[in-house]
Amino acid sequence: MDGDICATATTPPDSDPARKRRVHGMLKLYYGLNEEGKTVDQAESMNPCDINGTHFDPEVYLNKFRRECSLGELMDQESCMVKQIRSLDSDMQTLVYENYNKFISATDTIRKMKNDFKKMEDEMDCLSTNMAAITEFSAHISGTLQDQHAQITKLSGVHNLLRKLQFLFELPARLNKCLELQAYSQAVSSHRRARCVLQQYSHMPSFRGIQDDCHAIMDKLAQELRQKFRDGGSSAKDLSECVELLLQLDEPAEELCDKFLIHAQSRLETNLRGLEAETDILEFIDRGCNEFVSSLCLVIASYQELFVNRPQEGNLASKNIPQMAIGKLHAFVDAMATCYFSLVERRIQEEKSVGDNSLLVRALDRFHRRLQAVAKLLPGSAVPSQGTEIVVRAARERIKQYLAALQSFYLDSLRDVRQALAAPRLATGKDAPASLPELLSSLSASILNQIKSVLASVHLFTAKDITFSNKPYFKGEFCSQGVRESLVVNFIKFVCQSSRQFCESAGDRGGSTPPALLLLLSRLCLDYETSTITYILTLTDEQFLVQHRSPVTAVAALCGEAREAAQKLLKHYVKVQGLIISQMLRKSVETRDWVNTIEPRNVRAVMKRVVEDTTSIDVQVSLLYEEGTRKAHSSDSSKRTFSVYSGSRQQTRYAPSYTPSAAMDTNFLSNIHKLFSERIDIFSPVEFNKVSVVTGIIKISLKTFLECVRLRTFGRYGLQQIQVDCNYLQMYLWRFVSDENLVHFLLDEIVGSTAHRCLDPAPMEQSVIEVICERG
Amino acid sequence: MYQPYLVLQARALTSQTAESDAIRFLVGTQSLKFDNQIHIIDFDDENNIISKSVLQHQAGEIWHISASPADKAVLTTCYNKSEAPALSLSQLGASVFPAQVVSSESRVVTCGAVWRMPPEWESGSHESPDDPHNSHNPQNLELLCHLDNSSHGNASCVLWEPMGDGKHVISLADNHALLWDLTESSTQATISSSATLEGKGQLKFTAGKWSPHHNCTQLATANDTAIRGWDLRTMSQIYCIENAHGQLVRDLDFNPNKQYYLASCGDDCKVKFWDVRNINEPVKTLEEHSHWVWSVRFNHSHDQLVLTGSSDSRVILSNMVSISSEPFGHLVDDDDLSDGEDNHQDEKTQEPLQDSIISTYEEHEDSVYAVEWSSADPWLFASLSYDGRLVINRVPRALKYHILL
Repeated sequence: MDGDICATATTPPDSDPARKRRVHGMLKLYYGLNEEGKTVDQAESMNPCDINGTHFDPEVYLNKFRRECSLGELMDQESCMVKQIRSLDSDMQTLVYENYNKFISATDTIRKMKNDFKKMEDEMDCLSTNMAAITEFSAHISGTLQDQHAQITKLSGVHNLLRKLQFLFELPARLNKCLELQAYSQAVSSHRRARCVLQQYSHMPSFRGIQDDCHAIMDKLAQELRQKFRDGGSSAKDLSECVELLLQLDEPAEELCDKFLIHAQSRLETNLRGLEAETDILEFIDRGCNEFVSSLCLVIASYQELFVNRPQEGNLASKNIPQMAIGKLHAFVDAMATCYFSLVERRIQEEKSVGDNSLLVRALDRFHRRLQAVAKLLPGSAVPSQGTEIVVRAARERIKQYLAALQSFYLDSLRDVRQALAAPRLATGKDAPASLPELLSSLSASILNQIKSVLASVHLFTAKDITFSNKPYFKGEFCSQGVRESLVVNFIKFVCQSSRQFCESAGDRGGSTPPALLLLLSRLCLDYETSTITYILTLTDEQFLVQHRSPVTAVAALCGEAREAAQKLLKHYVKVQGLIISQMLRKSVETRDWVNTIEPRNVRAVMKRVVEDTTSIDVQVSLLYEEGTRKAHSSDSSKRTFSVYSGSRQQTRYAPSYTPSAAMDTNFLSNIHKLFSERIDIFSPVEFNKVSVVTGIIKISLKTFLECVRLRTFGRYGLQQIQVDCNYLQMYLWRFVSDENLVHFLLDEIVGSTAHRCLDPAPMEQSVIEVICERG
Repeated sequence: MYQPYLVLQARALTSQTAESDAIRFLVGTQSLKFDNQIHIIDFDDENNIISKSVLQHQAGEIWHISASPADKAVLTTCYNKSEAPALSLSQLGASVFPAQVVSSESRVVTCGAVWRMPPEWESGSHESPDDPHNSHNPQNLELLCHLDNSSHGNASCVLWEPMGDGKHVISLADNHALLWDLTESSTQATISSSATLEGKGQLKFTAGKWSPHHNCTQLATANDTAIRGWDLRTMSQIYCIENAHGQLVRDLDFNPNKQYYLASCGDDCKVKFWDVRNINEPVKTLEEHSHWVWSVRFNHSHDQLVLTGSSDSRVILSNMVSISSEPFGHLVDDDDLSDGEDNHQDEKTQEPLQDSIISTYEEHEDSVYAVEWSSADPWLFASLSYDGRLVINRVPRALKYHILL
């Protein structure tokens, strides 16, 4: 038991947590509060040898010690035991002492409290008696003052009423005074305050009088306001004030809207009239923006302020005023904008000079930019989109103008070239052909430059700082359909087409177009086909970032067209030049009496002329076209070929024809010979080289010669003259053609046909022919 | 295609106008050295056989030939004759050649004459096409009368009155158009009226055509680049298309079914179609040939078929639907449309028909100077080139059915 007390007593001063826990555990153990429950408790408690247990039996304990331990151990145990008992005793004494002290101080405190409470009780009693007296007095006072308070309340009510009445009675005078001073807003607010009251008490005659007076005055006021409203002179701000007041006077909002708008309209129309006087596009747009558009914005803003955005106060006639007002505003703005737009469009259409596009673009940009303000003010309005459409139309129109300008530039250049071709020929003679390549290059370069400058001008429409350039039209359709198709492609097509027209118009009327121009244009078209078109279109595509969403004309198609035009022009050139030479030949054959001609002494002048012309054509063509390929000819083609045709084939043709039967045979044989000989295509298409062109011309000329010869009848010397002429032609023409066999073949045919058409076919000796030809 | 060879050069070709059963063409040869001939080409369509008969035309080389519309056996020729040693004039005797030709200096004149074919030619000198050398003793043509034009110059062509009774011909000689009456079975020819082309320089008719319309009272002529119309009743000019072609006009033909329509061709390689009521512009121009166009012919029944021959050795058959008298093609009844092919053709007729080149014939190796439709079979035509090759062709079958159905 002592151990136990010692343990509980000593633990509090000890603050070591581990030890505390141990002590706590021991306590727990003592009270049997461990997890094992009663069994451990019982097992422990049953042990009589446990000195701290409840069932401790000193006898058993002693016996056990005595039995189990040696003497030494017993001695030790005993001294230990004594030491423990001693410490336990001292602990107990300390505890008892301390507890005693505390108890004594507590007793003192209680005694002192007892005395204090008594004093307090007395004071509380005194307080309660005082309070009862106060209550009594208070009840007494309120009872006496009750009547007077009711009277005062009543009096102050009367005073208020009288003040209001005074306001009412003074109202007409006050209103009049306001009217005189034109303090309309004050008058309106005063009247508004009195209106309900007057309305309520209108059954009383005096109030009715006041009300009538007020009404009269207010009517007058309204009249005056309306007058002021009607006067054009007042500013927009005044006007809006007027409208606000009138609205407060319960004027019908719809009428006011209309009036307001009519008013605004007249002012806007004066703005528009002012615009018409402007000449410069930029100033025109500026003035339009600054005057008309800003006025319009002001009107829209103040209108919205007045009619649309005002709070729904009082019992205004109808709830849907804002809707009605908005509707009217839209109609009004649309109408005004239409007027303005038509003016702008007319003005833009007048802008025809294509010199400087930047002015127009800037003007359009400003125009478009300012309309955005309207868009912000009036979100649902169609005005900005219409404005954009105008810009789009203007851009389209511009492209058309540029196309027209390009076309006229092209035609002008052609006219210049034409003059240049005609002029030097008159002045200096030989210089003309030399300038042909220069003319071509300058023509080509100037056209290209013009296209580039036009592209640059048009490019302004899509510049980044231009507000409308990010509209879908300018991003897509403008670039692809507008610039690429309408402008560039159309121009190229125009070039081809106008070139082709030269072929058609000149054909019938006998070369109204100088052949050199045909040649030059043909080369131009060919250059277009090979490089220029690709270059221009690539340039366009790069500049305008054409997106190939919409179908565009392919480069190949344009090239094909250009090539076709070049081909046609060249063909026409061949035809025209061929015609000039054939006409000479035809006249020379038709006008001569071939039956009775004299023996040939020399080559006819016309043949020399033919050779000369052919040579000059050859020179002309070589200026613009490459040489081209030709079949190799022998070292001395002029002689060799001539001797061949004169010797072998020609002989078989007419030599044996003195006897009829033999003639039948040879003719038949010649036909068979023809069947097996390589068929020479006289009319093969012209190629883009010099040889082919000159060959074509020679073919046409010689074919004409042949046909003319076949229509005539010849005498002996007629045949010989033709022989001489053909020999001469053979000597000079072979060098121009791609295949000398062709000249050979045709000349062979001519002499053969002449022999057939000859009454007395006696051919001339080849040697004599050669002598004559060499003599010239 | 059938290509009989004549042994001589030739430029004159006509179909036998009065013959409506047999397909028959007449060809006149052109030779200065030998006796000229008229070849009668018969074509047996069913068996594809060509047979040829030869008649001697000893008067001279034939430049133009024309068959009477009334009498199968009668024809006219324009021929050259000249006083030249090589020519076998003596064979013919003085009865055939009056003294007009003979002069001190040799010269060539072109005359017109009316001839009759001997009645027995068909049985007599028939020869097989395979054997062209077997033409011994061919018969002579019987001269009916000369179109004596010594005072008027060289005859370029002789025209019969279309669909007439074979009693009127017109000859074009230099700058004169002479209307002849043939009397006493065509043995006598008298000038009933004449017109003369006046103007600067040496004017000369190159071609002409007697219009089958207006009761045969109109004539069209060509000189140089101009086409002129004449009223035969007054022998006065009624219209003149100046510069109809860029160069010489070579041939003319009237549309047989549209009275104001005229085709012309010339050295500018073009074929033009004119409405003579509006002569400022041609109605249509074809530019398919690459050299002079020598001959243009409307088909007698289906005037959309136009035939042209050119010295580029080509013959072109064109389908000029847009200016024909059947501009919308033949209208097909829906009932007739039974099979797919018909439907297909129906689609074609629905859409506006385009003028087109039907075919280009390139069998010739020399200039083609004459083309002619058969008067018996509207689907058959002949073309003649200078080397004496005559080619007979048919209109393509598909087109024929397209037109007919």
